[in-house]
Amino acid sequence: MNQGFRAQAFRDPAAAQRLIDAAKGAARKPIAIMEFCGGHTHAIMRYGLRDALAPEIRLLSGPGCPVCVTDDSDIDLAIALGKHPDITVATFGDMVRVPGTGGSLADARAQGASVEIVYSALDALDLARAHPDTNVVMLGIGFETTAPTIAAAVRAAAEEGLTNFFLLSLHKTTPPAMRAILDGGEVHVDGVLGPGHVTAITGADAWHFLPVEYGVPCAVSGFEPLDILLSVRDLAVAMTERRPAVINAYRRGVTAGGNAVARQLMAEVFRSSDARWRGLGVIPASGLDLAPAYAAYDARHRFSVEAAVSAGPSAEARGCRCGDVLRGVIAPPECPLFGRACTPTRPIGPCMVSAEGACAAHYRYGRSLS
Amino acid sequence: MCLAVPMRIESIEGTQALVDMGGLRREISLVLTPDAQVGDYVLIHTGFAISVLDEQEAQETLALFAELEEASREMDANQGRES
Repeated sequence: MNQGFRAQAFRDPAAAQRLIDAAKGAARKPIAIMEFCGGHTHAIMRYGLRDALAPEIRLLSGPGCPVCVTDDSDIDLAIALGKHPDITVATFGDMVRVPGTGGSLADARAQGASVEIVYSALDALDLARAHPDTNVVMLGIGFETTAPTIAAAVRAAAEEGLTNFFLLSLHKTTPPAMRAILDGGEVHVDGVLGPGHVTAITGADAWHFLPVEYGVPCAVSGFEPLDILLSVRDLAVAMTERRPAVINAYRRGVTAGGNAVARQLMAEVFRSSDARWRGLGVIPASGLDLAPAYAAYDARHRFSVEAAVSAGPSAEARGCRCGDVLRGVIAPPECPLFGRACTPTRPIGPCMVSAEGACAAHYRYGRSLS
Repeated sequence: MCLAVPMRIESIEGTQALVDMGGLRREISLVLTPDAQVGDYVLIHTGFAISVLDEQEAQETLALFAELEEASREMDANQGRES
């Protein structure tokens, strides 16, 4: 592989140590940086960066795990759709074990609901083509990285005239969530590690509101350890020099304007809506519903399925503090269930279910250190 | 969930492409990156190329790490002379 794209080239331990020293040296006082993205949380824990940067620089996990922020009521709705005799629910694998109020999609499948795991929205289209007598409902989960791929599938269905493919859009957009966390004021954030693959679509310019309106610098970061450390160093320097800005530290994959084709497709297929986030509540204009021109593909319009009201307690009711973890208010080990009642094999909350959830990352890589 | 991996485009047919990473081959969609060419490295997310990687930018970032290494060696050498 081309040297410039080899992951190994971005994992050199000596260069990592130089960047850690430079970042710590640049921080004149202790600083807190929030990594928005669950992929970053995973890499930070995997490579021990959190401990390597402490105590001068504290890394806080944010709400950037789409599965984790999906609300119980939306999972219940997906399960209700899967139990409908004429519907097959197609979903990315991360989603099937996440509990709603009355169990998960996996539980529902064990009880006879039709749930298929797909790698791509295109696989869900294939499923609809192969089974014309079944209604296939794709669960649209994900941020701006994933939303255009789902939009492409919906448009392909429309162009092809498929009448048995539908979308339950639970997509969310990231800048409003970052605003909600800063506006909430529960957690002090000096800088933001911007999500690299979201920003490959939105463009680095989407984060300008952070320095302009909040005085908080944002470094858009790739996912290898040197990418993350370069971003952290740049943030530390920007804070010390009091020059808040958007820094693009992932230039090989991200441009200022992002992917114009993907953004145009999203604008055609979706329209902005309010969305309910686990831990953050309803955030205005943070969701993506299907645009009126694509209403025929909206599972919410097509099927009058009400989510079954479950008698079972929600994860939060059982003591899960996933919501606080998603807002960066507590670190996973501060939850009383972490590693005891709640483990990856028997998860109570979604932050432990999803591999990129902060709790799962801390459990897998961080337990011996904390 | 926003995981994306760089893969090289081996061939293109319409909006579909065959991509490769270390021998792992996969068919993906170029609908979101219509300008991608054979030989380009693209970030693959859930069966779609979402971004064409910029080789020059990648080399410049690696050069930055090399510069840091060089600067730090010089600093060590200077400290050695002073002490």
